[in-house]
Amino acid sequence: MTIRWFYYAAPQTFYALAGRLWPWFAALATLLAAAGLWIGFAVAPADAQQGEGYRIIFVHVPVSWMSMIIYLAMAFWSILGLTFNTRLSGLMTRALAPTGAMFAFLSLWTGALWGKPMWGTWWVWDARLTSELILFFLYLGYMALTSAIDDVRRADRAGALIAVVGAINVPIIYFSVTWWNTLHQGASVSLTRSPSMAALMLWGMLIMALACWLYTLAIVCYRVRSLIIERERHADWVQNLPEVAGVKP
Amino acid sequence: MNIFFTVVVRDLRLALRRKTEVLSALFFFVVVAALFPLAIGHEPAMLRQIGPGVLWVGALLASMLALSRLFEVDYRDGALEHMLLSPHPLWLLVLGKITAHWLLSGLPLVILAPVLGLQLNLSADALALLSLTLLLGTPVLSCIGAIGAALTLGVRGGGVLISLLVLPLFVPVLVFGAGAVQALSSGLGAQAHLSILLALLLPALFFSPWACSAALRIALE
Amino acid sequence: MRWESWAQFWDMGGYGLYVWGSMGMTALFIVFEVWQARVAHQQALALAATESQDNP
Repeated sequence: MTIRWFYYAAPQTFYALAGRLWPWFAALATLLAAAGLWIGFAVAPADAQQGEGYRIIFVHVPVSWMSMIIYLAMAFWSILGLTFNTRLSGLMTRALAPTGAMFAFLSLWTGALWGKPMWGTWWVWDARLTSELILFFLYLGYMALTSAIDDVRRADRAGALIAVVGAINVPIIYFSVTWWNTLHQGASVSLTRSPSMAALMLWGMLIMALACWLYTLAIVCYRVRSLIIERERHADWVQNLPEVAGVKP
Repeated sequence: MNIFFTVVVRDLRLALRRKTEVLSALFFFVVVAALFPLAIGHEPAMLRQIGPGVLWVGALLASMLALSRLFEVDYRDGALEHMLLSPHPLWLLVLGKITAHWLLSGLPLVILAPVLGLQLNLSADALALLSLTLLLGTPVLSCIGAIGAALTLGVRGGGVLISLLVLPLFVPVLVFGAGAVQALSSGLGAQAHLSILLALLLPALFFSPWACSAALRIALE
Repeated sequence: MRWESWAQFWDMGGYGLYVWGSMGMTALFIVFEVWQARVAHQQALALAATESQDNP
């Protein structure tokens, strides 16, 4: 399979592959989201303690998971890029970042909206929410760095380095914030320490998580194609693409 | 090893020719420590409680202010390229620069902090511990900050960009540094915090010069 | 079905603001992101199309 991987490492072949894949990802994501929302809102019962308000977890948990998975994916592509110096790695990392940042923000937003009715405050210095906030800053830092550097290859590599350094630090940050949290908390409230979940609730959450993952795959495949065209526009293969030829005045 | 000391001495000499830059970061630290009581109130018990946190945040911000200086001057006059091309290992040269940077902007904070701590009503024990945590923590800040400085060489908006990149990475040092003094005042021991600070320092000293070298090569190729 | 009426569904047992505030913001962002991706793609294609004219 090694040969196949390096075959798709060229922007031209990856462009075609991503083009074939993203509609399938999008369709699957839509189906799963519909199923997940159906379970979450039409079928699953109300929670004993939190009433109907708990239903926020059907988005809160999936977006939180995705914000972390996407950062790991960015770190993965960054390590590949720094090792093999491939252009596609930088493009993939750039394509992942905005979606990751969006999910991190949504995690904070939904977390706050969940915290307010349950614990009375818009912001809870819960270890996970605080770590999520820092993760959001890490995303913003990556995006700021890559857009501030004019030379795109240098920006790719600098971004890759900060992504890897950030990824190494995330466990350290999480550990330190958890430590800090246990010291400063009186009554222990935890957004994610829910009582044993009914099977139906768990299924709804997992299906929504899968839907988010497929959505991410779809949007990233789509976005990386735009980035490839922008980056490789001098190349003949781009100029000869039907979609480019069709736009030419 | 000789080259390490050469670089440290060189950087110190160059920086002392432009004393204002060095002093302004220190002045910032002093001002921040004074601003907090002005903003929050001067009730002694409260100051004693927030004091370590205030001084730690002040040290963090002052440390960050000084970062853009680390490679910028050498970058602009071409000395940095020579360092990249020299037969000496780049990580050793970088370690020299980080050490000089710390001597100029970290160590003075360690020395100033007890004095400012008196203003904030900290006890003698707390002052001693605060200085120790800063002594262990400020080198880590210099190490991590250097990576940010190397990545943003010559980039517009460099100073603010460094802050955005580097502040999230500073959080563990802040938590354990300020937390140590809090732990002391609430009766728990600070040994765990100090051990963890040391555990952050040693890998930072090892990992940072290497990461900085990679970042410098990225910036200068 | 859990809900006896639409009114009950929107109310979410009193938590309507929070639940729909969450769902709404998520939906908003996703719609925005998809739209933005489409626009970016059109712009990339347009940029590539003008490229050949600058470099004959």
